[in-house]
Amino acid sequence: MAPELGQFALILALLLSFAQCVLPLIGAARGNAALMGVARPAAIGQAVFVALAFAILTAAFMTGDFSVAYVAQNSNSLLPWYYRFSAVWGAHEGSLLLWVLILNLWIVAVATLSRKLPDDFMARVFAVLGFVSFGFLLFTLLTSNPFARALPVPADGHDLNPLLQDFGLIVHPPMLYMGYVGFSVAFAFALAALMGGRLDVAWVRWSRPWTNVAWAFLTLGIALGSWWAYYELGWGGWWFWDPVENASFMPWLIGTALIHSQAVTEKRGSFRAWTLLLAIFAFSLSLLGTFLVRSGVLTSVHAFASDPERGTFILVFLGIVVGGSLLLYALRAPKVAGGEPFAAVSRETLLLINNLLFSCAAAMVLLGTLYPLIGEAFDLGRISVGPPYFGFLFVLLMAPIVLLIPFGPFIHWRSGNPRVALRRLLPAFACAIVAALAALLLVRGQSWKAYAGVAASLWVGIGILLYALSRWRDAPPGRRYTPEMLGMIAAHFGVAVFLAGALIVEATSIEKDLRFAPGQSVEIAGYTFRFDGVQHADGPNYSADQGTVHVLRDGKPVAELHPQKRVYTRNQQPQTESAIDPGLFRDLYVALGEPVGADGAWAIRVYVKPFVRWIWLGALFMMIGGFVTAIDRRFRALPRQETRDAAGPLPAGASA
Amino acid sequence: MNARLLPLLGFAAILALLGFGIWWNQHHDPRAVPSPLIGKPAPTFSLPVLSDPSRVFGSEDLAGKPYLLNVFASWCFACRDEHPLLMREGKRLGVPLVGFNYKDEPGDAREWLSRYGDPYHVVIADFPGDVAIDFGVTGAPETFLVDAKGVIRWKYISPITPEVLTGELLPRIAALQTEAP
Repeated sequence: MAPELGQFALILALLLSFAQCVLPLIGAARGNAALMGVARPAAIGQAVFVALAFAILTAAFMTGDFSVAYVAQNSNSLLPWYYRFSAVWGAHEGSLLLWVLILNLWIVAVATLSRKLPDDFMARVFAVLGFVSFGFLLFTLLTSNPFARALPVPADGHDLNPLLQDFGLIVHPPMLYMGYVGFSVAFAFALAALMGGRLDVAWVRWSRPWTNVAWAFLTLGIALGSWWAYYELGWGGWWFWDPVENASFMPWLIGTALIHSQAVTEKRGSFRAWTLLLAIFAFSLSLLGTFLVRSGVLTSVHAFASDPERGTFILVFLGIVVGGSLLLYALRAPKVAGGEPFAAVSRETLLLINNLLFSCAAAMVLLGTLYPLIGEAFDLGRISVGPPYFGFLFVLLMAPIVLLIPFGPFIHWRSGNPRVALRRLLPAFACAIVAALAALLLVRGQSWKAYAGVAASLWVGIGILLYALSRWRDAPPGRRYTPEMLGMIAAHFGVAVFLAGALIVEATSIEKDLRFAPGQSVEIAGYTFRFDGVQHADGPNYSADQGTVHVLRDGKPVAELHPQKRVYTRNQQPQTESAIDPGLFRDLYVALGEPVGADGAWAIRVYVKPFVRWIWLGALFMMIGGFVTAIDRRFRALPRQETRDAAGPLPAGASA
Repeated sequence: MNARLLPLLGFAAILALLGFGIWWNQHHDPRAVPSPLIGKPAPTFSLPVLSDPSRVFGSEDLAGKPYLLNVFASWCFACRDEHPLLMREGKRLGVPLVGFNYKDEPGDAREWLSRYGDPYHVVIADFPGDVAIDFGVTGAPETFLVDAKGVIRWKYISPITPEVLTGELLPRIAALQTEAP
């Protein structure tokens, strides 16, 4: 009975989303306050029903109700409870429900935090969000009902894909969706501005915190995905330019351009049309990502099962949402460039370069991702572009950004003095050159990437710290740092940390495939790895061969690692579970291969990965930057009344 | 023309491409189209061995015994999906598993095999892709079952799943082995 209730709740949510889309729109057009007032209750009611449906599906997983087809396919009576919980979003139907749930959480957040904004503007925002929600609820109900029954009821479930039985996969999708879906808010604000003809900079100010929060979540989601791929796939890599990774990376690139472009538009009034376009693109690429993952158009390591019906639905939805908003943009976008004029050397110019390069990077990734399709369409044969294409072009496009980041804060709005900026950045420049030269002399024979990594990281990191220092010295106490500025500093510092990690690990990681007999030792990068054989080990729903590798340095034990090769009981799926000794400056990574020979020897892969943690550490700094920026009270200031009390939490129940 | 229409036009092109992708996947169901080569003799070939390009391996070396030819490449994502199954079952098939490295840089292919494991009896490299044309290869991964008389008996496009293995491939291999040579 409960699953049917879940489906019914989704139908009610669908009706409410329709109301939320249509009625406020009519209300805004006619100036009817009652119709506009429907938006908030409809949004909250909708969220309640979606949450109810989600809770019912979760309960079906927790109690092991295998009469629900989706539960039977993705769970099993032996599955530990925490994986039963995360299995809710382990496959297409449930993850779609999570998508809708998170969209509804964002809508409720907008509904509660935006009561002071103009009614007609907010009515249009809710209409756009309502339409997005409507589309996804309809998609769920028509093509991907998670509550469909399986008859006859199987005695046990099929089990969750072993790759997904992991902590990283419990948290990765929700964070990623928080980011994807969060861009819908900036998108809705942009469309509301276009529809209402309110093309001043107010909408940008209001949407900035939402964009920053969405971007921060997306950063975290991508970092978690990368971290998961690193330790779970057993290849030791952290980024593969896989179509699904690209699907999440494109909105991130455009989102990065958007938060910078929004800053210019909000503060100086320039780039208005461009900011509108980026807000549309960021969410469009989130939708495109959803399409690519779920339509089966591109094969990938972790794409959901393909289904042409689903693909067609999302394609039509994508056409309506993106096509409609771009048409609106074509008709209504400001024809005259507004804002204050700026010189060739100014912060505006730097941010314009940032925007262009990030947009180019997103276009480059899009082209590479769709390339196999283009090859088929024009009968060029199967062409697949891989890491060489992406890696080369991405580095090429990002190198100027790295060079210019430290200048950003030192070059003034309107007109900057490059000589002054350069003089103040001289210590960072000197440090970068000296450190790279020192590295070159001390550790010879490394790839250029290692030296470039050291130099780039110090240049950006010290450059941004110099700026923080100059604020401390020059600005009066109490006005030294705004949250917006602190967020910028943290995020740019994160870039420095990331650069060090990414380039050093690319250049200096050591990878060995070894044949290890029990008791045998091998020395790699100063560490002695001793293989002490393989024993049998059992988990709750798998049995495994578990190796023991002792790592020593100068005769002292460093780590004891237990890589596993698991076979999951239910469907006999094998899964390699690598063992890692993490460290701030190096990871020791061991993965079990195959048994070779009769003497108990195994093929074992050993990696020593210096600075690999810095990749995700850098991403965490960027994420913190996004969150900190979002709390800046300036964004909550109102258009006409310059109220200072907007600092506190917005009083619930007060309406503008 | 209004420059503000450009994003819309660009998007329309992408939309058309994606629509084409869906249409293509629907109308080119790899499993629905039987290969015209089934029941016909496999093309004769002679290709360098991946691990030792000075050595040549060809259909003559395989004459008189059934074998399974698996087309793969290091650039192929779906091959990575299929690979663990080959690693697990490749040695237990009862017929030699011949790796057919398709349009791949030999260095990349060797690294790929050393990284993910080598389940193959022998790997031959078809860098220009000429022999692949003779076999009617449309992409990777693809798998051909050839009997002792050198006739292609079965072809499968896309990664072999455990269901395909137990439902289709293993029964066919068993049938081949009961046939009189």
